[in-house]
Amino acid sequence: MTEHPSDHPDHAHDHSELSPMDLRVRALETVLVRKAYVDPAALDVLIDTYQTKIGPRNGARVVAKAWVDPTYRQWLLADATAAIASLGYQGRQGEHMVALENTPARHNIVVCTLCSCYPWPVLGLPPTWYKSAPYRSRAVREPRRVLAEFGVTLPESTEIRVWDSTAEVRYLVLPMRPGGTEGAKEEDLAALVTRDSMIGTGLPLAPPGAPR
Amino acid sequence: MKPPRYETHADLGGQRGHGRIQAKTEEACFHAPWEARVLALTLAAGASGVWNIDTSRSARETLPDYSRLSYYQIWFNALAKLLIRYEMVTPEEAVTGRPQTASRRVPRKLLAADVTVVLARGAPTQRTVARPARFAAGDRVRLYAGEVPHHTRLPRYMRGKLGVIERVHGAHVFADANALGRGEEPQWLYAVAVHGKELWPGRQDAVEAQRLTVSIDAWEPYLEPA
Repeated sequence: MTEHPSDHPDHAHDHSELSPMDLRVRALETVLVRKAYVDPAALDVLIDTYQTKIGPRNGARVVAKAWVDPTYRQWLLADATAAIASLGYQGRQGEHMVALENTPARHNIVVCTLCSCYPWPVLGLPPTWYKSAPYRSRAVREPRRVLAEFGVTLPESTEIRVWDSTAEVRYLVLPMRPGGTEGAKEEDLAALVTRDSMIGTGLPLAPPGAPR
Repeated sequence: MKPPRYETHADLGGQRGHGRIQAKTEEACFHAPWEARVLALTLAAGASGVWNIDTSRSARETLPDYSRLSYYQIWFNALAKLLIRYEMVTPEEAVTGRPQTASRRVPRKLLAADVTVVLARGAPTQRTVARPARFAAGDRVRLYAGEVPHHTRLPRYMRGKLGVIERVHGAHVFADANALGRGEEPQWLYAVAVHGKELWPGRQDAVEAQRLTVSIDAWEPYLEPA
């Protein structure tokens, strides 16, 4: 954890090893704290929340439950916001959720061409590639080439359905349950659900020992 | 004097020449400690209620050096710009870290004890409006084709395209109005699906275009019946 600038009023004179960005951010943080706009302890809680509490394991739990519980699956597809909140995941950047069901006929991919909109409560903060110009520019134009760069090849008969999240609705892909997982426990299934499979740029892992 | 033309540098959909995707299976949220501080500062300062998320997006996309900055550099520069614009800090204070002016009054301050509750509550944008939705699922619509002289969430690659209403999301805070400070002006919001052949008519690669549908979430003012 970084030190609070507020604890070190003279830090600006003691920065021989800090990068220019470190220094600029520290200066802004210092003045915001000293002018009492920002609670420094709140900054630490925010960082800890997104580093340790909110991440793609949340979404994996949603997906695994939908795989084993048909009633939950129906609820998720009809009212994703409520179904996801029932597992305790809700709020900022996930206020209005929609779940997108992958089928052999249709594969869903999520992008935000205008910025970096992403369903934080279920997936955490977006990975760098999701926010990058190559992904944002190409996902809506040549998604099959994009998928190939992720190592995913789909049959030509599968329609690719790209969702550009341009408003405050956030999308979660519900991937197809891998074969060979009949009777598997929900928590074991959750371990097969990758972050990318819930964005649509990946597929779930195969179960241990199964041919792929 | 004519106001300067509104120029966004963030509207990347469909652009060529950005190269391959540097995909990694797993990666840390932050690549340097300052990135985490920028995220937290942006959320905490935003929680003061002086500006809204659409003002914030507008501040980022209009940074002249947007394309040369890293993601969290964009966030940082936009945050500094907003703090200065709304007179919470002076340009000199932002650089030195030393307060030289009194703090201005702000609506709220996010305290550590409230972070979890505030994040869990989020900022829902759905609103109740009296007028009915103009469109229903299955309706054909044409997306607005012209220039937009301010922040908008209508990407260029979708302008003028023919699409179909796929979902009615309810009425939501209208980003264009909210970014301009006009208030929420809620409007009906729809997922509008456009076929790949309509989007990319000249494409050689038949499979990419023919087996592709792309949607955006579009507010009613972006749409005309077709």
